[in-house]
Amino acid sequence: MTDEPLLRARGLTKHYGERIGCADVSFDLYEGEVLAIVGESGSGKSTLLGLLANELPATAGEVLYRMRDGIVRDIASLSEPERRLLARTDWGYVRQDSREGLRMRVSAGANVGERLMALGERRYAGIRETALTWLDRVEIARNRIDDRPTDFSGGMRQRLQIARNLVTNPRLVFMDEPTSGLDVSVQARLLDLVRGLVADLGLAIVIVTHDLAVARLLSHRIVVMRRGRVVETGLTDQVLDDPRDAYSQLLVSSVLAA
Amino acid sequence: MTMQTTGYNFAYLDEQTKRMIRRAILKAIAIPGYQVPFASREMPMPYGWGTGGVQVTAAILGHSDVLKVIDQGSDDTTNAVSIRKFFGKVAGVATTTKTAEATIIQTRHRIPEAPLREDQTLVYQVPIPEPLRFLEPRETETRTMHALAEYGLMHVKLYEDIARHGHIATTYAYPVEVAGRYVTDPSPTPKFDNPKMDMCAALQLFGAGREKRIYAIPPYTPVRSLDFEDHPFAVQQFAEPCALCAARGVYLDEVILDDRGKRMFVCSDTDHCEERRAAGHHGAMLDTAPQAIAGTR
Amino acid sequence: MYVAVKGGERAIENAHRLLAAKRRGPTDTPEISVEQIDSQLALSVDRVMTEGSLYDRGLAALAIKQARGDLIEAIFLVRAFRTTLPRFGVSEPIDTAAMDAERRVSATFKDMPGGQVLGPTFDYTHRLLDFTLATNGEAPPSPAEADELVGGMPRVTDLLDAQSLIERETDDGAEAGDLTREPLDFPADRDLRLQALARGDEGFLLALGYSTQRGFGRTHAFTGEIRFGEIEVEFAPEELGFAVPLGRISLTECQMVTQFTGSAEQPPQFTRGYGVAFGQSERKAMSMAMVDRALRAKEFDEEAKSPAQDEEFVLTHSDNVAATGFVEHLKLPHYVDFQAELQLLRRLREEHAEREDDGMREAAE
Repeated sequence: MTDEPLLRARGLTKHYGERIGCADVSFDLYEGEVLAIVGESGSGKSTLLGLLANELPATAGEVLYRMRDGIVRDIASLSEPERRLLARTDWGYVRQDSREGLRMRVSAGANVGERLMALGERRYAGIRETALTWLDRVEIARNRIDDRPTDFSGGMRQRLQIARNLVTNPRLVFMDEPTSGLDVSVQARLLDLVRGLVADLGLAIVIVTHDLAVARLLSHRIVVMRRGRVVETGLTDQVLDDPRDAYSQLLVSSVLAA
Repeated sequence: MTMQTTGYNFAYLDEQTKRMIRRAILKAIAIPGYQVPFASREMPMPYGWGTGGVQVTAAILGHSDVLKVIDQGSDDTTNAVSIRKFFGKVAGVATTTKTAEATIIQTRHRIPEAPLREDQTLVYQVPIPEPLRFLEPRETETRTMHALAEYGLMHVKLYEDIARHGHIATTYAYPVEVAGRYVTDPSPTPKFDNPKMDMCAALQLFGAGREKRIYAIPPYTPVRSLDFEDHPFAVQQFAEPCALCAARGVYLDEVILDDRGKRMFVCSDTDHCEERRAAGHHGAMLDTAPQAIAGTR
Repeated sequence: MYVAVKGGERAIENAHRLLAAKRRGPTDTPEISVEQIDSQLALSVDRVMTEGSLYDRGLAALAIKQARGDLIEAIFLVRAFRTTLPRFGVSEPIDTAAMDAERRVSATFKDMPGGQVLGPTFDYTHRLLDFTLATNGEAPPSPAEADELVGGMPRVTDLLDAQSLIERETDDGAEAGDLTREPLDFPADRDLRLQALARGDEGFLLALGYSTQRGFGRTHAFTGEIRFGEIEVEFAPEELGFAVPLGRISLTECQMVTQFTGSAEQPPQFTRGYGVAFGQSERKAMSMAMVDRALRAKEFDEEAKSPAQDEEFVLTHSDNVAATGFVEHLKLPHYVDFQAELQLLRRLREEHAEREDDGMREAAE
């Protein structure tokens, strides 16, 4: 462990033509820390996540990441093989739409095993064992290993996405609205699971959500975005209990009123 | 030299085009298994009907070559006849049905049973050269995957087969790794033929006309069929020998004899079968098989 | 058992003899002449020249005759001929503003210099079968004479350009690529994209263009202009040092004026989609212009999620000669691979049956 941040965002900016996706976003993220990015739709939170995860090129600014070997790299300077290796070993990405995060036409076992096979695992039995272990951890019944995600409920699909990402023990996971569209009880179970995994594995998570309840339950710190800019940032409880910014106040009160 | 019957250049393509194709072939030989883009020409036969193989053959064909063309292992299938006739017309080269006599063998879907020699070249017709295509439809992405040797997806497919069927269920166009580097499509030959590609003495050239790609396996190159350590690659086995020549350990065609389930199994490689029969081998149905199958006796 | 038959060579010859007889049809009806096809089925000839990438009315008409009216087969014949021709070089760019236009319509302005000229068009005809044609018809009335055109017919997009309302297109001096000589690589530049679209299947482009109108990659297209007419082609041989006329060709050009864009640096402007085809091929030129514009999505930082905006999808599937070859190759024997599948299927079924038996035994115990 080290006191150095795992990831630092510096002046991150993205323009789409003359429209601003997000502007001048900076923050640090430490190992084991959960950071929530909240805001309404169109506030730029998904754009920000895309920039952090190296899926969108930034118009300006940089993302610095401390690699497993301890060396801090600007993620834009990574070569294509380095970028891909990072994305499928030390990072995870749980998508809002599970169809984008899973291979819907292959079994749950193959979904979990894919990263292992990409890293050169060539023992069928070994891949299967690991897949079963991970299905246990995300509370999917073992006998569903050969079923396709198309046969799974929304909550199961999101849990499968998590297993598929965590199988290589990443240190950082990006989550884009992972609970949206799920029933409240299913949401609660998923959040509970994520909380447990964070505690067990010391994961750092950047989670984008419009749901302040999700942010409160999971995150240590929170970033409030509006029109592409950060309007407030701080410890989750602080921001939610005593928002400073007028917009944050509105956001919090509208949730409470609802 | 045999007289040509058309006003076209020897072997149809102009010399400039043939040089361009030979440059692509040389590059392909230098990087075994790598798909080299080439400016495939429009040929007087449809794309998908062997235009890639025909262009490769045309580019390497010399006046002294002896050409054999097979489709499904047979010299008598319609498209093999058509291609052989094409080269007879535009190149006037000697043609043969005997594997041993040929210097260039153009094939679709089979590798001859008899081991090939150093002085022979096998030219494959390839419909889809990209082994990753059905897993990833985008050329830009598959090229990156090859460049980075990112082949995990290929094993996902094999894993899925085993999980679903207990076996790897790919029976033809079974992907291979060439010279320890590029994952390559062997063209839609049955996986039965994959082991023949490994350390083959002959040069193997692959032409995909519609997809505009050429690739190669140089002589004596290791070719490994992808598998899992605990589910190793295995070829098809046939329970019975060829009904005409009694050969075992060869690839057989199933021929339906009537509408009550009566069938027979015969060599897919017709030349191999005929050679064996000429050498006195006698299959169980040699004397009773219909003439259309056994040929004239 | 068409494949196992020995003597496939004779079977093929017989098939071709039968084909020749079928092509001719009953000999008591007069044979159709290439000239008749050229003049009376002129739009078929135009399409075959366009997608065959060869401007030769006589050869295109011959190909249509030989192909029994199957236009994709005719295009294939023309392409296979074209590929054997030597390439001398690239013509001078044609100036469509100087076109001797037989037809010119714009949907963006009521009137403009040169005016609206309807010309020979199916537009506004009532699609009622004309039974007089079935009985060899009558000589149609002679066409009306047009007034002398004064002051030329500038392109509508040039008029917009003069006011800086549309993106400016400039010649960067680079030689245009030739995808019949070099393999297409992605991402492809616009010259190669346009070339592929010009050769592309009319029906395919029509469907794609239509899809953009229905919201799959909408570009809000206006027909800036369609013009059809004759134009001179010039070629400048290197040894001569100046351009000499090669002859006249007829051409349809369509310029779509589409959704405007702008950025922090640039004020909003209309954008363009371009289509061109040999002869009178309006549907093709319009569809091409729409797809050209859709394919420029990335250039304008637009979200590109629809089929018409997907360069690799569009360009790899637009060629009907390639498409028809691969679809129809499924007619070729595949019995070796089928045997492999058959064998596996039987084995899987046996194993399935064994598992079922085991299950029943266990249940019985």
